[in-house]
Amino acid sequence: MSGKMTVVEGSYAVAHSVKVCRPNVISAYPITPQTHIVEDLSQFMADGEIPNCEYINVESEFSALSALIGASATGARTYSSTSSQGLELMHEVLFNASGMRLPIVMTIVNRAVSAPISIWNDHQDSISQRDTGWIQLYAENLQEMSDMTAQAFKVAEDKDVMLPAMVCMDGFILSHVFEPVILLEQELTDEFLPTYGPEHILDTSNPLSFGAFADPSAYTEFRYLQQKGMDVALGKIEKAAEDFKKIFGRYYGGLIEPYMAEDAEILLMAMGSVVGTIKDVVDKARSQGIKVGLIKVRTFRPFPVEAIHSAVSDAAIVVTLDKNISIGLNEGALFTEVKSCLYNSDISVPVMGFMLGHGGRDIPMSTIQMIIDKAAQAIKSGIKVESEYADLRGELL
Amino acid sequence: MKEIRIHGRGGQGSVTAAELLAVAAFEDGKYSQAFPAFGVERRGAPIMAFTRINEQFIRLRSQIYEPDYVIVQDATLIETVDVASGAKPGGKILINTEFSPDTFDLDTEAEVITIDATRIALDIIGRPIVNTILLGAFAGATGEIRVESIQNAVAERFPGKVGEKNSQAVLEAYHRMGAGQ
Repeated sequence: MSGKMTVVEGSYAVAHSVKVCRPNVISAYPITPQTHIVEDLSQFMADGEIPNCEYINVESEFSALSALIGASATGARTYSSTSSQGLELMHEVLFNASGMRLPIVMTIVNRAVSAPISIWNDHQDSISQRDTGWIQLYAENLQEMSDMTAQAFKVAEDKDVMLPAMVCMDGFILSHVFEPVILLEQELTDEFLPTYGPEHILDTSNPLSFGAFADPSAYTEFRYLQQKGMDVALGKIEKAAEDFKKIFGRYYGGLIEPYMAEDAEILLMAMGSVVGTIKDVVDKARSQGIKVGLIKVRTFRPFPVEAIHSAVSDAAIVVTLDKNISIGLNEGALFTEVKSCLYNSDISVPVMGFMLGHGGRDIPMSTIQMIIDKAAQAIKSGIKVESEYADLRGELL
Repeated sequence: MKEIRIHGRGGQGSVTAAELLAVAAFEDGKYSQAFPAFGVERRGAPIMAFTRINEQFIRLRSQIYEPDYVIVQDATLIETVDVASGAKPGGKILINTEFSPDTFDLDTEAEVITIDATRIALDIIGRPIVNTILLGAFAGATGEIRVESIQNAVAERFPGKVGEKNSQAVLEAYHRMGAGQ
């Protein structure tokens, strides 16, 4: 079991986790608010604290991920980190990494996308990449983020998964917060995370092709097998969380984490740091006798359909909170997917969606309270508006 | 839970002050959380940083709207920023200024306290950097945190001579608040 807490910045906690996971190649391009992670990793490299590792400086995010594709194909453990526009610039390369089944791990420090320019947090950047074939995990706090980073390597590199993984943390809210964390111990991490040894690597003495031409007779099967890898990942994510618990003594749930959910009539669902704020509001509401609970969605890809089915089946209403919008549908991604996974199931529960916290708009407890009030009203008199902003400033329109 | 909001200008070390406060509170055996309200920083622009201190792990991630304590690094901010906004009745607003509390006409039920931290900084450190000094004053005025913990956090963050002078200035400010005499 691991022990001592220290107060560090979120970015440092992540950089430390990456270090003790013993990466062989790191490549990244700095962008706010991810910058401190790559600065800390650069410092570790300069101080000789990451043995057998090369840090490749590049001129763009596109090149950073491209460099890691080459490195990962040789059997190296690879890492990058980016945010917002940097992730969007990688878009094309993301498909290459997943299509070649390369288990690159990347921290996404979630930030809104331009235009208008915003350096602040929301989830539009990573949600926009949901169909690129990458695993996507979302962390609530620094300890979970530290631990999830090691778990991501383990899941991604599993020979039955072999998919790249994004570990997402809210920009500034988590990347720049100082709070007590147990930094991952090297010895325990070594015990948890085996050395990466893929079955197929680029090797001049045994030449192979990665990502080569697939004509219509074979292309579909590549996509099918990527989905199979995601299906396997569901169980592997749960297993990694269990294995982690045995060694480190910490556990956050596997695919989802229910909080006060068992007898909840109003069941909130959310991802990332807002979950912490919601937990405080849930406690307050419970003390007033309101039966409200929460499902934290830790894993957005693969989407945990079965876990969500069993979590929501007894609720009177499910309420999703999204820091993203699909413009043209007026829905956040979690809302759309939760509704979708309930349709054709034998569970009948109304779902309402709220979008909030876009472009860094702060989410005070009062916003969550207002959402709970609206949900309670909807139980009585039906859902009037299916999906809307919870924190729109009408006076600016 | 105790919530502290720090007002300053870009370059005055408000974010560092919030961080040091969190480190010191943790050394006192409490949970803590420090974070900035980041803008697109420029030197001189008004900024805010926040610290929470609690007996249990802090899950809340919103900014601080009803602070128990407010620290104002630069009194000229009061002309443009509502530093007293939401300050709890019975709370304290600590202002770095050479003037007395009744000089400031703040709309608040919190107690206004002043300290000439810039003078202490110039006398002891030789530069007008007040962030650590205000933490010493905070420890003295509120009793929320041990001054030794502040000094340790400062010494760890700024090793060597700089840390020693800052630590000495922290203690001076602590005493000026009538504490530890």
